[in-house]
Amino acid sequence: MKKECVTMLLAGGVGTRLGLLTKNLAKPAVPFGGRYRIIDFALSNCLNSHMHTVGVLTQYSPLELHKHIGVGKPWDLDRMEDGLTILSPFTEKDGGSWYLGTADAIAKNMNYIEGYDPEYLIVISGDHIYHMDYDKLLQHHKEKEADVTISVVEVPWKETSRFGILNTTENLRIYEFEEKPKNAKSNLASMGIYIFNWKVLKNYLVEDAKLSSSNHDFGQDILPAMIGDDRLLYAYRFDGYWKDVGTIESYWEAHMDLLKEDLSLSLNNNDWRTYSHDSNFAPQLIEDTAVIQHSLINNGCVVAGSLDHSILFENVEVSEGSVVKQSILHPGVCIGKNVLLDRVIVQENVTIPDGTKIVASREEEPIIVSSHNLKAVHS
Amino acid sequence: MDTMMGLINLEHEHDFLNELTYFRCGAAVPFAGRFRMIDFTLSNMAKSNINEVAIFTRSKYRSLMDHLGSGADWDLDRRHGGLFILPPDWNDPTDISKGDLSHFHNNRDYFERGKSDYVLISGSQFISNTVYHKLFQHHLETGADVTLLTTTYEELHPEHNACIKVKVDEDGSVLSLTNDAKNPHVFSGVYVLRKSLLLELVDECIANYSNHFFLDGIKSNLDRLNIQSYHYDGYSSIVNSVDSYYRHNMALLDRKSYNSLFSNEENVLTKVGNQAPTKYSGLSKVSKSLIATGCVIDGQVDNSVLFRGVNVSEGAVVKNSIIMQRCNIEAGAHLENVIMDKDVTITKGQVLKGAKEQPFVIAKRRKI
Repeated sequence: MKKECVTMLLAGGVGTRLGLLTKNLAKPAVPFGGRYRIIDFALSNCLNSHMHTVGVLTQYSPLELHKHIGVGKPWDLDRMEDGLTILSPFTEKDGGSWYLGTADAIAKNMNYIEGYDPEYLIVISGDHIYHMDYDKLLQHHKEKEADVTISVVEVPWKETSRFGILNTTENLRIYEFEEKPKNAKSNLASMGIYIFNWKVLKNYLVEDAKLSSSNHDFGQDILPAMIGDDRLLYAYRFDGYWKDVGTIESYWEAHMDLLKEDLSLSLNNNDWRTYSHDSNFAPQLIEDTAVIQHSLINNGCVVAGSLDHSILFENVEVSEGSVVKQSILHPGVCIGKNVLLDRVIVQENVTIPDGTKIVASREEEPIIVSSHNLKAVHS
Repeated sequence: MDTMMGLINLEHEHDFLNELTYFRCGAAVPFAGRFRMIDFTLSNMAKSNINEVAIFTRSKYRSLMDHLGSGADWDLDRRHGGLFILPPDWNDPTDISKGDLSHFHNNRDYFERGKSDYVLISGSQFISNTVYHKLFQHHLETGADVTLLTTTYEELHPEHNACIKVKVDEDGSVLSLTNDAKNPHVFSGVYVLRKSLLLELVDECIANYSNHFFLDGIKSNLDRLNIQSYHYDGYSSIVNSVDSYYRHNMALLDRKSYNSLFSNEENVLTKVGNQAPTKYSGLSKVSKSLIATGCVIDGQVDNSVLFRGVNVSEGAVVKNSIIMQRCNIEAGAHLENVIMDKDVTITKGQVLKGAKEQPFVIAKRRKI
């Protein structure tokens, strides 16, 4: 059946720079914000923007991710006609291969897309934290009669070398795409969110697949080719909160952002909820010895110690006499007595013994604690 | 394999919570920060391989139906079996049945169509977190006609007066069912029997113009039925009055009781609310409290239960109180010994105090 718009969510990323966090887990499945996984933000945006036809492209360590997504129920994507489809690499009669790049992942699933005969294809990625109405982006794309619309966000000039930068004319028509430029001419960074006219993109994908020299990547190959052909590419300015949580530092920072009073992204916004699974833990129990400031706490936690600027996922225990500062405690973490944690990320189900002290100074990257490196990080 | 079907019979439960049950039945009253009373029984059933559960409800069931939906949150949205909410729209002109027998009579299909040979029946006022496998096993092994889930309370409170008390011999056979105020051995309201026996007893009761299935069909037949007791040793409470409601919510602020009711092995299932984790600001001062998700706390909360999405503003104080979903406590307000229903706003600087023995109950959606 025909659908005007199909959404493809890229969720196969390895997330190498997240270190231990992505050891056994695809980046989109990394826990975030006290009760979510990173991909929940993109999936909830789909639900809130009425995008009902969503293909999720997975590849790296997909078990947890697949279990989490399931049939898409928490995001109302378990639907009769379309809904959510997990698209993993597959083999055919004449063989098959892994997804070689972002464009290749889309090209390999052309059958899925063609099944809906769409006018537009939205490509988003499952590793950013933001609330965005994709429908507004689509309307903008239609008004401009563009071939491609790329959502962009202004980043600080000193950070431009970390992003894909778009150089545009005054009316936001894109004439150049620079991947991580040393001397940027613009501070408009691509958010990795694209809308294509499907018929246009399809031809480029077919041509790109034939090139053995290509990386089969949107940023490196497809978009430059389109710009070269004078296609109409427009930037769409997004001014909400958007965070790429690709490094341990930025993952930690994004959590500290959630504790700010004036953050434009609110998890308590009832008109733009972020949805996820719920394991039905009982409400949190705060004991009389607890001291809690600037923190987020989920169900099932029992807190008897002190918390400051910390995020507790479900079923975490912080015992009496312990002090947890600027730290992120993943589900099922148990903190013994008289523990001190500062700038620490403790992974799922790790028990920190009584008296442990783990502190990362302000100059260091936050420390990730797993059950294997527990002894090594104790200071 | 022998299996059970479930029945939650709300017919004889009174609306015990004054303002809180003006518009909803007792089973739908919020409990323990994120649950409703009925969740405990329903969750126990769902985890005991009971694939079909019927609910007999006479009135004020809108809120209950809204909460239960399709039963998906209890894994009861099934092709085979599932959840059957059975309100009383009956049109049988030959019907002479009374009391809960009307439910049995008019919903006979539910039992006849069900594939299970046994039925587990419960109310909603016995709060526990367990599975009924052992109870069922006991029932099958002893070859009893009826097996009652019973428990013993060290201290008897007014809520136990409404319960049936049990006397048993050393084998667990029930000798008497009475209202003996001094007997600490209490019938929980949960029992199992064979479906065919259930339908037989229902027919007898209707023929005798009886109006209470348990009292007239089972208790009155104590002499000819083999009734066994299965003793439950886990944490439980009976909630059937404002006093017991307040006390058993507050009891969960004690770590030991909290851990006993919410053991790590089994979580109590409830309707999922999708709220963010609760946010504590730099001004928050919270101690000894049970707090659900979605709250934003800038004030002081002490010895209280907060349900989802409650706001406690700067300088506000909440003490010894139960505050339900989405209440808004504005700056400087002071609440003590209060039970506050959903969506209430307490405006700036207001002071409301109840007595510990008689908490002040505030109805839904009020602005004070």
